[in-house]
Amino acid sequence: MKISEVVNKTGLEALTSWDDEELTGVYISDMVSDIITGATGCGLLLTLQTHKSLIAAANLVDVGAVVFARDKRPAADVVELAEKAGIALFSTPVDTWSYAAKLFELGMR
Amino acid sequence: MPDELLSRSFTIHGRDFERAGEASTEIKSLLKELEIDPAVIRRTVVIAFEAEMNVVMYADEGTVTFVLTDEDIGVEIADRGPGIPDLDLALQEGWSTATDEMREMGFGFGMGLPNIRRNSDEFSVKSRVGEGTVVSSRISLDGAP
Repeated sequence: MKISEVVNKTGLEALTSWDDEELTGVYISDMVSDIITGATGCGLLLTLQTHKSLIAAANLVDVGAVVFARDKRPAADVVELAEKAGIALFSTPVDTWSYAAKLFELGMR
Repeated sequence: MPDELLSRSFTIHGRDFERAGEASTEIKSLLKELEIDPAVIRRTVVIAFEAEMNVVMYADEGTVTFVLTDEDIGVEIADRGPGIPDLDLALQEGWSTATDEMREMGFGFGMGLPNIRRNSDEFSVKSRVGEGTVVSSRISLDGAP
């Protein structure tokens, strides 16, 4: 599924610029050590963590887009790092489970 | 003797969360440019990242040395820091001495050293309390230890 479809149909707010890449899957975690071993090539990472090391970890496992649940927003320097790494950042007002349900309803598996 | 193709060394500073992950990111780019097998890159990156985070979280300063030969990849992390009093405990999944602050950031779930060991073909850790810790890891390029 394309990022644009997910953005439009789940009501995401973009925090960085983004390319309309294909999302291959979803990974949900707030543990950095878990992300670094489990999120490889997942496409979309759904998390509550907003710090720099999260972006470093996401970049290392080739995550294309990060969605922060519950309206979480990273600091400006974190957004800048993500822009440099080519990782698209988005925010959703809903909690992790509600957002996961939206993705599932959309047909993401 | 295997031929050494490339080596790099990075200094990591304790508590420097700002730059945490930079060394592993650079190692990943180098391996990608050389078209190393993606599975080998993934394992190397997990090792380098966990090692870097261990230095940032617990030590004063450390050096990550990365060596690529035509047979394998070696990653050695030597730090100056508190050391690990009980290595068996530290290698146990889920055991951690992380602070609440580190846990809130999604660290300190006791996955660091176990992740490094699991992704290595050869692994060793030596530590002296009050002096520091040396973690050595080797990843074979052909997937066999």
